[in-house]
Amino acid sequence: MLWVDKYRPHALDKVMVHVEEAQQLKQLVAQGDCPHLLFYGPSGAGKKTLIIALLREMYGAGAEKIKVENKPWKIEAGTRKLEVELTTISSNYHVELNPSDAGFQDRYVVQEIIKEMAKSRPLDVAGNKSFKVLVLNEVDRLSKEAQHSLRRTMEKYSSACRLILCCNSASKVIEAVRSRCLNIRISAPSKEEIVKVLQHVAKKEGLQLPLGFAARIALSSNRNLRRAILSLEACKVHQYPFTEDQSVQSADWEQYIVEIASDIVNEQSPKRLFLVRGKLYELLVNCIPPEIVLKRLLLELMKKLDSELKHEVCHWAAYYEHRMQRGQKAIFHLEAFVAKFMSIYKRFLIATFG
Amino acid sequence: MAPVAPTSQQWVEKYRPRQVKDVVHQEEVVLTLTNALETGNLPHLLFYGPPGTGKTSTALAISHQLFGPELYKTRVLELNASDDRGINVVRTKIKDFAAVAVGPGVSGYPCPPFKIIILDEADSMTEDAQNALRRTMETYSKVTRFCFICNYVSRIIEPLTSRCAKFRFKPLLDNMLSSRIQFICREEGLSLDSEALTTLNHVSEGDMRRAITYLQGAARLYGSSLSSDNIISISGVVSDNVVHSFLQACRTGLFDQAQKAVADIIDEGYPVSQILSQVCYASFSSSSQVDY
Repeated sequence: MLWVDKYRPHALDKVMVHVEEAQQLKQLVAQGDCPHLLFYGPSGAGKKTLIIALLREMYGAGAEKIKVENKPWKIEAGTRKLEVELTTISSNYHVELNPSDAGFQDRYVVQEIIKEMAKSRPLDVAGNKSFKVLVLNEVDRLSKEAQHSLRRTMEKYSSACRLILCCNSASKVIEAVRSRCLNIRISAPSKEEIVKVLQHVAKKEGLQLPLGFAARIALSSNRNLRRAILSLEACKVHQYPFTEDQSVQSADWEQYIVEIASDIVNEQSPKRLFLVRGKLYELLVNCIPPEIVLKRLLLELMKKLDSELKHEVCHWAAYYEHRMQRGQKAIFHLEAFVAKFMSIYKRFLIATFG
Repeated sequence: MAPVAPTSQQWVEKYRPRQVKDVVHQEEVVLTLTNALETGNLPHLLFYGPPGTGKTSTALAISHQLFGPELYKTRVLELNASDDRGINVVRTKIKDFAAVAVGPGVSGYPCPPFKIIILDEADSMTEDAQNALRRTMETYSKVTRFCFICNYVSRIIEPLTSRCAKFRFKPLLDNMLSSRIQFICREEGLSLDSEALTTLNHVSEGDMRRAITYLQGAARLYGSSLSSDNIISISGVVSDNVVHSFLQACRTGLFDQAQKAVADIIDEGYPVSQILSQVCYASFSSSSQVDY
């Protein structure tokens, strides 16, 4: 078992970061009831952990007995029949799904499947909990139509069903959905908090963790707790006992992007552009999302730039990111950014050094 | 099946106006509809306006008042964006419903001799589907009235709007929001100081639903006595300090500082659109003599 899962807190009382939020959530369900919730925050901040702990708080340990199902749904949309395959994670009390997996058909998932689930009320002998919970992940990736479809469903079946929505960026969720939920912002844990958690994990594992090393792991994780714990485990495999000046393992795709960045800065020519294209393809076929590639590449390039160029480069990165969102093939836009950067940089070099 | 505990009802549903005359601040609509209640005569309706101003509530209230609970099921068809409303549904479901003749009324309610089709969130219907409605509306106008509800009237095609009586729902004014909120506070046994009330008015921007949702959320999280800070933290509005320090970082003109400020805001998880609008507002209203 990975440490990330092993040391995931299971109860709201046991969380080490977001203690305040956890207490509030506890109070929220103490009255046996909760509104629709929308958790938003950067990845690795602990949204999912809080949701799982919250479900446990509501339903007891039974909520942790989960089964993963992958079943095809047949949807009749007008004259056509669609088949959507969807993975659901469910317990007796809740169903978790990722509607954006259905791609452009997500509207039908929301209209048919979620509505179907929301309509049927769970049978409960004791009669103490009379609603079930639907956890929807990545709602910010849902299309606008699908989000509109959610609106009335949330109101109409609110007596039988509560939705817990989870997303990275609240701005991509339409206002109408946001105004129907209790919004809970989960901020990324601070470096001190990450160090604290790392030391807790190390203690449980019986490891000696030097403070300086923990701080460096926290720094390289960019306030992402999941990544911090993962890289602690990776470092343990790499070299143990830990030393104060041990290097932190960064992911290989990140090193690859660092390499690309230095390629670009070293030479600006069509030939080099061709070489970089190959490397970008390499990243994309390994399923690194193009947005992350572009962001990372920009940050790496920024480190090597004079400050007068930064504004311009940043502007163009945003420009090509925007086009990437609207367009289809990510590689064109990544390459266009690289080409644009090369031209800006070359012009700058010629102007400065002649 | 266990009955729903009264507490688990959303306040938004609980305090939805049940009668047309309870709808506040929309005088023209209320006047027309109360007339309709008396005479039993109703045009096709088109309600448009920002969210949380009472459009859906009004439509539901008028249909309930016209037909009463018994006939409601047979006389009213409610379709919203969560139902599939492609051209096929318009051609079959809506047309079939519209074509059916009406039965006798029940005593105690006006029960005019027509059915109502409520198309909620009509601006998310496709243009084809809207076009398919045109003739249906006229052919069956004897036995069916349509009620369109949307946020943007410009997304409804012209032939449909010209067939309807249009009503614009205005954003609610502060004092109306406050009086309703105070009413709910009394009902639910909450205490809300005047500062918190002003904040609530400010963050909900004339949207009654938002105001009530915030109030309920805050009441659940922080108990029965609420302060202005509680409201702010529930509403997802970014605190002024954050906006201020962001602007400060921008004003230095140094790229690295700005980059750091941006990274911090992203890590804190604030919604970016919220930040943008607040930064915009703050930079316009700041008194310093800097050109933007």
